[in-house]
Amino acid sequence: MIPKRFEYFCPTSLQEAISLLGTYGEEAKLLAGGQSLLSLLKLRVADPKYLIDLGRIAELAYIREPGACDAAARTDGPEGEIAIGALTTYAAIKGSRLLQGRCPLLPQTAAVVGDVQVRNRGTLGGSLAHADPAGDMPAAVLALRAELKAVGPSGERWIRAEEFFLGTFATALRPDEILTEIRVPVLKAEKAVYLKAARRPSDFALVGVAVCLKLGRDQACEEVAIGVTGVTEKPYRATGVEGRLRGRRLEPKAIEDAASAITLGVEVSESIHASQGYRSHLARVYASRALQAAR
Amino acid sequence: MHRIAVRINGKAYGHEVEPRLLLVHYIREKARLTGTHVGCDTGNCGACTTLLNGQPVKSCLMLAVQANGAELTTIEGLAGNGLHQIQEAFLDKFAVQCGYCTPGMILSAYALLKANPKPEEGEIREAIEGNLCMCTGYQQIVDAIGHAARTMRMSGSR
Repeated sequence: MIPKRFEYFCPTSLQEAISLLGTYGEEAKLLAGGQSLLSLLKLRVADPKYLIDLGRIAELAYIREPGACDAAARTDGPEGEIAIGALTTYAAIKGSRLLQGRCPLLPQTAAVVGDVQVRNRGTLGGSLAHADPAGDMPAAVLALRAELKAVGPSGERWIRAEEFFLGTFATALRPDEILTEIRVPVLKAEKAVYLKAARRPSDFALVGVAVCLKLGRDQACEEVAIGVTGVTEKPYRATGVEGRLRGRRLEPKAIEDAASAITLGVEVSESIHASQGYRSHLARVYASRALQAAR
Repeated sequence: MHRIAVRINGKAYGHEVEPRLLLVHYIREKARLTGTHVGCDTGNCGACTTLLNGQPVKSCLMLAVQANGAELTTIEGLAGNGLHQIQEAFLDKFAVQCGYCTPGMILSAYALLKANPKPEEGEIREAIEGNLCMCTGYQQIVDAIGHAARTMRMSGSR
């Protein structure tokens, strides 16, 4: 399968990429690792006139923990966070000592994306901006309450993960903006888990549930955030489940009760691999298991 | 058209290519190295696996222009004087049936053994999770990679 013809640009700086995007706007598509986009180009589901390859912008691939006096530290951000460049590959995230120690949910999730070859090319920013309704990374960034930096011609702005995913392949990014950085909190008292149901290990999630849980006194749930993928048209926060857990002791009965709200208010997807009923069942079971594991 | 320059198996190549040309077609049709196979052409099977700067990638999920400046290794680059020890191990352990997946399997195994000379069976299976064998001869392939790891360790080669 051969993609349609397009004009190709490979900017070497973010400024150059933003200016190209400004010129070609909605007729252009940004290329990161290409592990989703290349398939769409080949199937001609996507046929942009202009392809802007971000792969040569070295300044967008990094994982670092800005110090308090660092110019990159945000005054309004949470205490302790890690900054990840949008072009950082899954393989780099999976292998990052810093993330393994400070925010293990991200490497744990990256490890179950696709296969070795896909993880060597695919990027965190690409995954989020592509917004596949069954992508793994969106669930993790939702549970981490990550913040996403979008840069456009008029400057930068931060978007909260839960406001980023608008629908299937649709995000809050404007046509002239590029996702450049993802900020995740350093996990201290929180425990986090991502569990995924898939037909085979390298497949997309039928259902994926990421949980970030902080227990208080008496093992009661002090804070919890749950990101869900694969269930409906977009990855979402399971606020119904979260609400039922806060302040409660996480005994098996309480977890079961709360997990039953996992599909509350969402239209559950149906496909040849999972009916609505089966997918709802999986979502409930995986939410329950992820909460048990994070306890 | 875009001018690209790559090194494949240590040899320099340069061509004018259409931006939409896939890397696997570049390797097969411009560099004329047909050991890299096109299997599913959808990014699932891994028959087109190539090492890009030492890391396994699917060359059907990359444009040739994305590889500009890169160092590539294909199956043709593994054998020196005689077959590579991984290739020998695939013969010894009957890890080849139709042979279509073999180049990709061997390159994934090569990348694994460079990074991890003494892999556990689970690590071998994870390393080839992106390579499908439609003959389903996985057990022999896993055995062969384990065997290759042992012979490579004994001979002190990479």
